[in-house]
Amino acid sequence: MAHIKLLNEELPGIVGLLNYRPETAQPLLDLAETLLRGPSSLTSGEREIIAASVSYWNKCHFCHTSHAAAAAAHLKSGLGLIDEIKAGLPNTPVSDKLKALLHIAHQVQGNGKNVTDDDVAAAREKGASDIEIHDTVLIAAAFCMYNRYVDGLGTWAPGPNEAYAEMGERMAHVGYGKF
Amino acid sequence: MLTERHSVRLTATSQAFINKLIYQLLTILKYFPMPHINLATDYPGIRSLFVYRPETGDPLCRLAQVLLHDPHPTLSAGERELIASYVSNLNTCKFCTNIHSAIAKHQLGSNLSLVKQILSEPENAPISDKLKALLKIAARVQAGGKQVTPEDVANARDQGATDIEIHDTVLIAAAFCMYNCYVDGLATWQPDNEALYDKMGEQRVREGYNPKSINIKLTETELQNS
Repeated sequence: MAHIKLLNEELPGIVGLLNYRPETAQPLLDLAETLLRGPSSLTSGEREIIAASVSYWNKCHFCHTSHAAAAAAHLKSGLGLIDEIKAGLPNTPVSDKLKALLHIAHQVQGNGKNVTDDDVAAAREKGASDIEIHDTVLIAAAFCMYNRYVDGLGTWAPGPNEAYAEMGERMAHVGYGKF
Repeated sequence: MLTERHSVRLTATSQAFINKLIYQLLTILKYFPMPHINLATDYPGIRSLFVYRPETGDPLCRLAQVLLHDPHPTLSAGERELIASYVSNLNTCKFCTNIHSAIAKHQLGSNLSLVKQILSEPENAPISDKLKALLKIAARVQAGGKQVTPEDVANARDQGATDIEIHDTVLIAAAFCMYNCYVDGLATWQPDNEALYDKMGEQRVREGYNPKSINIKLTETELQNS
C-alpha cells in the first residue's frame, strides 16, 4: 500500500504517481524522454544502463528493473542484463568511456560534490565529450529524484524480472509520456 | 614629444587597461575551481546549466514552476520554498540553499534570519506543526526514499496534512536531491554575495520559473560584487 490514496492502486511504481498528479507528471516525463531518448551521442541503451545502475545503487527495485529492461530492449540483450547491472556488468561488453561515465554517475549518486576533477579527466581520456559528461551527471541526478519519489511514497512494484519485459519494450520503443 | 593632451589620453587608457587586467584576474580567481565542463562564466549555479542545455532546462524549469510557484490547493509558495531550501541545506548545496532561502523570505514577507532558523532547527522554529511534520518527511526523503515510515506519514496526517501535501512534499524533496546533485556534480560557480541572492530571489517571486526570466546574464557590477 502506498503512503497516500492513489486514484488507481493497480498501477505500479511511478506510473501510479504520474496518474495521481498530471501537473507534475508532464515535466517529469518530458525530462525522461529528453534524457533517455532525445538526440545524443550516447545511445539510448547506454543512457538506460546509467539510469538503471543509479536506481540499483539507490535500492529502487521498480526503477532499476524497469530501466534495465528498457536497456535490454534497446540493446536486444535479453533480460539477463537486469542482474548484470546489479553485478557491475561483468559479462557485458561495455566501452571504457561508458565505464568512466558510470563511475561519474556513481559519484553523483553519493553527492554531487563527490565528482572530482580526476573523475572528469578520466572520462575525457576515454573520449567523453562535455555534453556526455553533462548528461551523465543529470541522468544520475534525475534518478536520485525518481527513485526517492517512487520509494518515498511507498508505491508497490512487481517482483520478478520477467514482469518488466513488456514495460521495458514500451519504454524503449514507444517512449515516455505515453502512459 | 607628447603634448599634455596626449599624456592625459595615455594615462586614461592605461588606467582602463589596468582596471581590466585586475578585473580579469579577480574573475579567474573567483571561478577557481573551474566547473567540470565549459560553462558560460557570467551565469551562476543552475542558470549556467540551463543556458548550456536548454532541452533539459525546459522541463527542469517547468517542474520547479509547478512544484514551487503555481497556485497550490493548500500549501503556500513560501512553505514549499522552505521545503526546497531545507533539503538543499541538508545536501550542503550552497547555491540552491541561498537562492531558495531568499525566495522563501520574499514569499513569506519574512526575514532571512527566521528562514535560517527554520533550516537549522525546525523543531523550535515558529512554524505550524503541520509544516514541521512535512519537513521531517522531507529529511527522510533526502536520506533515501525508503526512510519514510508509515509513522512519519501518520504524524503528518495528525497535524492536518492532506495526501496531496504529502505527495508534493516528497516530490519537492526528491526534486531538490536532483537539482542539488546537478549543480554540485558539475561544479558550477556558486557566488557568496547575500545581496545578489536576495535580488535574484525577489525576481523569482515576481516572475516565476520561466527560463526566459531565469537565464539572464549577471551585469558587470553584479559579477564584480559577487
